[in-house]
Parts: sequence; C-alpha cells; structure tokens
Amino acid sequence: MGGFSNGTGRDQAAFMTARIPSFTHFLSSYAPDMLPAREIGPLAGGSDVAADVIKNLPHATTIVAVASERGVVMAGDRRATAGNMISKRDVEKVFRADEYSAIGMAGVASVGLEFIRLFGVELEHYEKMEGRALSLEGKANRLGKMIRDNLMAAMQGLAVIPLFAGFDEDAGVGRIFSYDVAGGPYEEHRFHSIGSGSIFAKSALKKFYSDDMPTTDAILACVQALYDAADDDSATGGPDLTRRLFPVIATVTADGFSRLSDAESADYAQQVVDGRMRAPDGPSAPLRTAS
Amino acid sequence: MPFYVSPEQSMRDKADYARKGVARSRSSVVLQYSGGILMVTPNMSSVLHKISEIYDRIAFAAVGRYNEYEVLRKAGVTYADVTGYQFDRGDVTARGLANWYAQALGTNFSEPTGKPYEVEIVVAEVGAKPDGDQIYRISWDGSVSDEPGFVAFGGPADQVAAALKERFSDGMSLTEALGAALAALAASAAAGAAANGQPELTAANLEVAILDRARAHRTFRRLHGPRLEELITESRTAATAENAEAQATDEPSSASDEPPTGPSSAGDGSPKL
Repeated sequence: MGGFSNGTGRDQAAFMTARIPSFTHFLSSYAPDMLPAREIGPLAGGSDVAADVIKNLPHATTIVAVASERGVVMAGDRRATAGNMISKRDVEKVFRADEYSAIGMAGVASVGLEFIRLFGVELEHYEKMEGRALSLEGKANRLGKMIRDNLMAAMQGLAVIPLFAGFDEDAGVGRIFSYDVAGGPYEEHRFHSIGSGSIFAKSALKKFYSDDMPTTDAILACVQALYDAADDDSATGGPDLTRRLFPVIATVTADGFSRLSDAESADYAQQVVDGRMRAPDGPSAPLRTAS
Repeated sequence: MPFYVSPEQSMRDKADYARKGVARSRSSVVLQYSGGILMVTPNMSSVLHKISEIYDRIAFAAVGRYNEYEVLRKAGVTYADVTGYQFDRGDVTARGLANWYAQALGTNFSEPTGKPYEVEIVVAEVGAKPDGDQIYRISWDGSVSDEPGFVAFGGPADQVAAALKERFSDGMSLTEALGAALAALAASAAAGAAANGQPELTAANLEVAILDRARAHRTFRRLHGPRLEELITESRTAATAENAEAQATDEPSSASDEPPTGPSSAGDGSPKL
C-alpha cells in the first residue's frame, strides 16, 4: 500500500472513479494507513510505560480567538510542554486552514499538526474538485467529524482540540467554532479560548471584549489575554523579550487570511509588556456597567 | 463472429478517431510571460472550465470532450493532493503529473476494447524563476512532449502555434503575452473557421488564467470581468501602437505625417486583431 504511484491499473482506476470530493474519504479506501491512526493499540491505555510516553509528548497550550469588526483574529502563545518541561519555546499553533479560515490547536502537538495538515488538504481538495470553496459551516462540520474519528486515540491519551475561525463570505462576518474530543462544532459568539491557559485567557477576554472591535483592538485583546494566561498558567508562554519570540497572530477578513509579520507581532507584544510594567495586572475594567 | 484486425490498423483507427475529436475543438494556448504562465482559451461557458488549478504551482488546460478531461483533471488533483500530503507540497511536480497522465492515457489507448480519450491536455508549472517554468503537452495516446516557452493545442493547432511563434519572445509582460495569445487564436479563426461565424474574442467568451510567480501558496488565478477587459484593451492598444511603430521604421519618410489609422496598408503579413 505504501508506494502509491506505482503505475498500476488500480491507481488509475481509483483516481478516475467518480466519488464524493473529500480527500479523507478517498484516502480511507485508497490508502487508510496515510490517515492519522484512529487507535494506538491495546497497550496504550493500561501500561505505565505507555502512559509515561504519552505524558511526555509535547503538548500545545493556549489559543484565543476574537470576532472583530471586519472578521476574526486568532492568536496563540509559543510554548509546548512535555510534563513539567518546556519542550519548545517557538512552536506555532495557529495556521492558515484556507484562504478564509484559520485553525489553532491544543493538545498533543504532533497529532495536532497532522490533523491541521490533513484538514488543509481536505478544504483545498474540495475546492479544486468542485470549483468552489466549502461554506464556513461545511468546513466546521468536516473538522468536527475528523476530530470525532480521533476519539479512540484521544481516550488513550492522544487528544487534540482545535479552534476554528473564519470569515463567512455570505454573511460578511467572522465566526468562531470550538470542539471537544468527541467532535463538534459548537459555534462561539464574540470570543473563545482553548488549551491549558484558556480559563485565564477567557476571563481576560470577557473584560477586554467589546462588540465590533476594530481589528487592531481585537489583536491587542488577544495579546493581553495570552499575557494573562501566561501569568497564571505555567504551560502558557509569555512574550519572550530576550529571544524576541512573540505570539503568532492571524487575522481573517474579507481580504483573506493574513499572518502578522514577526515585527508587527513584536510591536503588539511590546505595547502589552510596556503597559504591564506600569500595571502588572493589566488594564482594569470599570466596576459598574455604564448605563 | 470475430474477425482479424491488424494491430497497426486498430491503432491507426483509434488515433484517427481521437485526432478528429480533438480537431473539432477550438484551439487553446499556454505561454510563458515574465511573471509566470498565461493560459488562454475561447470558452462560452464561465462555469464549465477548460483551464483549472491542480496544485500550488501547477495548472491544467485541456481541449476535447469535457466529460473526459474533467475526469482526468480530477484524477490529477487527487494525484497531486495525495503526493503532497504523503511527502511535502514542494514534491508535487508537473513532470510527475505529466508522466502520470501519459501512463493513464497510454494504458487506455492501448487497451484492445474501449474508446480512446478524445482529449489533449497541457500541464504547466511555474518555477521560482522563469527558467524553472515547465510546460508539457500530453496527447490522447499518452505521448508527452516538453514545450519550452509556449504551446498551442486543439483545433488548427499548427496554425495557431505558427502565429504564436512569430509573436512569442522571452520575458514578455502579461499584456504582451495576452496580446500574442489573442492574435494567435484570432489567426486560427481567420484561417480555418471564418465560415463558422465565430464571434470576436472578448472577455465574455474567453477563459483566461495565470500561474502568478510572485504569489505565495496557490499561484493559480483566473482573470475575468473588468480586470480581463482592461488587460485585453491594453494588449490591443499596445499591439496597434507596435504595428504603427513597425510601420514607422519600415517607411520613415511617410510615417511622420500620417497617423496610424486602421490596419497597415503595407500588409506586413501578420493577421490584425
């Protein structure tokens, strides 16, 4: 099954048969071993060795997403942890899914990367086969099924949770979708966060968020929220001023997906750090709701 | 009752059959320009495409029977997506895809039963630099050729290729390349199919796409609507100016007092737009 381009009639027939335009669906019959493993065998759940190995795999941590006036902003810190170790300081957890959507992940990093790669191909494959992009709901539903398919592996420790956000071209707004290990999607309104620091990030966003925020404000809110997450969660990394490592920030608007350059991202992080030098807990929200 | 047909005869019949099918289609051209690769074909439909994206830097253009090349296009997309997913996106190449098509078409052609595909396809890849650009042409019988610079296929392809050869040069701008493509396609219409009353090539009945060297990720882009109209106008204006210039250099004495109006009376042999 390994060498796929072996020029046999089987290849040609498989490639030319009429079918639904899903890449994962095609692979599941053509070369199932190329898909992420659905189960990792009976050993994993029970044995101490397996539990130890899985615990020490790098895990990705906090992602935030905020709906803004023109679309949506997604940002992630740069830390990956293996147990109590920092396994990577400059990991990327926010990616382009396609021209109008972004995806971030928390959980076992290697499994997450594989999923994100597959999801990207899935979206592009549909678009090329059908000559039109999937609707935003279509993309969100497809991702839900792919996460659902990973449930057995998740229960054995290889769990990965995505956060999906995109620009809905029909409605002209940014939308955010969250998932659990058994799938989804759950549509989130206004903002959402996933990963180990998500409790803190979400609490922060609750205070920072206002409806129809300009994109620049939404980015700042994301960076502030990540700072708060890093402040209280050991697995979330704060801005690394010495190594110049700052959150990965992406925006999705009517103009499409765009990842901020390192310099732009550094600029936002610097603003937040400068503010925290004066007020370590960050901006305070008014105590009483304005009437 | 079975009767004997020599393999030579059978192959010849199949080739004739396919060639006739493809010759009924209208010509398409694919050519290099400084910023990438340009693909142009007459197409009345704006949704049933003859030119499509295969992968980040690879495009597909076809002539012949729509249902047949559509199957091939989808197979190509699948080939590219599987290869890119299995290895890396950079490992999907036009050469690999052209060979895959060659094998698929060749196998089909040599099968004793069944009909040959009545298609001709072109696979083009845009490189990081112009010398990395590749254009392959694959015929109904699986024969492949590497076409440096430009290719014309379908319909009276030889005439179009000859017309294109006159105008093609390395490092043309997009406007110049489009002008050359339109002139070449118009040449075929003028030469072969005047009787059919084919309409003039305009933005409405052309399918135009590029592989844009400068773009990141997916380089394939369709040009349509106002953007295409603008480009066509520009290319025609440029062509007229060029003709006038050519005339001016040919006849320096008379050109100065006569503005270039209408087609050149000198008749430089090149078909007018």
